[in-house]
Amino acid sequence: MQEKIVEILNKICGTDETKNHPDLNLFESGLMDSLGFIEFLVAVEKEFGINISPTEVAREDIDTVNKIVLFIRKKLDSE
Amino acid sequence: MIPYSSSFYFYILALSVLPAIALGLLEKRIDTYGLIVSILMLLLIFSNSREQAIFLLLFYLIELAVAKGYCLLRPKFRSRGLLWTSVGLSIAPLIFSKYVKIFAGHELGFLGISYLTFRIVQMLVEINDGLIKEIGILNFTYFLLFFPTISSGPIDRSRRFIKDIQSRLTRSQYIELLGEGLWKIMMGVGYKFIAGNLIYSFWLGRTPKNITLLHAIDYMYAYSLYLFFDFAGYSSIAIGVSYIFSIKTPDNFNRPFFSRDIKDFWNRWHMSLSFWFRDFIFTRFVMTSLKSQWFRNKYTASYIGYILTMGLMGLWHGARVFYILYGLYHGVLLVATDLFQRKSAWYIKHKDKWQWKFASTAVTFNLVCFGFLIFSGYLFK
Repeated sequence: MQEKIVEILNKICGTDETKNHPDLNLFESGLMDSLGFIEFLVAVEKEFGINISPTEVAREDIDTVNKIVLFIRKKLDSE
Repeated sequence: MIPYSSSFYFYILALSVLPAIALGLLEKRIDTYGLIVSILMLLLIFSNSREQAIFLLLFYLIELAVAKGYCLLRPKFRSRGLLWTSVGLSIAPLIFSKYVKIFAGHELGFLGISYLTFRIVQMLVEINDGLIKEIGILNFTYFLLFFPTISSGPIDRSRRFIKDIQSRLTRSQYIELLGEGLWKIMMGVGYKFIAGNLIYSFWLGRTPKNITLLHAIDYMYAYSLYLFFDFAGYSSIAIGVSYIFSIKTPDNFNRPFFSRDIKDFWNRWHMSLSFWFRDFIFTRFVMTSLKSQWFRNKYTASYIGYILTMGLMGLWHGARVFYILYGLYHGVLLVATDLFQRKSAWYIKHKDKWQWKFASTAVTFNLVCFGFLIFSGYLFK
């Protein structure tokens, strides 16, 4: 699953930096902005079939690849 | 009695926080007391205007009905139409109040109605998202009428607020929060009643009445600084008082005049408003347009999103030309900034240099001040 997420992020951020830095803060590093975040939510819905609403989770809880994986895993488990 | 404007208000405020502090130190829940005190405060605030008090009561009942109603109906009817109807009903009092002003001359509403409406719409949208499953009347009332932030925000979020009510703080945790709260109150008082007042008395209030280019520039900087110290000061006091009630209301300002560009500015100025518009208008508009593929280019979606969101933000301040222009001005600036940052090779080459950051901050400061000049209505006198 981590690979899929990294793949999605690479496409959105235009770089594959996240592959080797799963704890890099996506927002602070400038890799992801508000549009990127929205694209990410749309892509995750398409890929994993789960719907994440914009205010469901605070930005600081999904600003690195590791946190994202954790969050999606939890969401998939609860559905 | 206007909140935070008279020594009488501060006297009552000081009396009202004492039991809260006692409860906090004894590690007891503060929300029951907080709710009672909020209602009493409201009675005091609207004591000399029966019209406002009645409107507030009607507003409360309407919003409670809409929120409770939508929450009950949502599991049965998943239609978008139901959401739009509920949101429409919830903002109807605000629209009514603003437009009656245009036709009847005086405002028929109550202090804070613009801010309270945000809280309801947030709840409705999150009920639709499935994030809120129930509306408890007491928690709803406390969140909506929480007195420290009723007049001008910050705009809190219900789930975050309720989580704060439910978390039991130890005495030492509460003392830390209390200390922070008292510090924020003092800082806010310094900002609003010292800095803001000085700027008004010696600068803003003394700008010449006739409009020339030089006078406009003078007014522009004076007004911008005054607006900041007055509003950030108020916000700090409101947040500090919330802390005493063990509610960690989010901050509203984070060194906004040091923003490196306009995008950064909206992460630092009136943050609770900016983030609300981002989360409930911008993100949802762009998300829908991407999923339904309204536009060929995703950037087109985001640019229209910026103009729409900022335009609405401007309009929310009031139905005046200069408010709408203020919003559109920032919308256009955001679009221009994004285009520039994506397409300019010069930017990409120099963006990490300190000279660029310095220059960019200075330019942003001036763009922002010009925006406030529009906002002040000075150019339309």
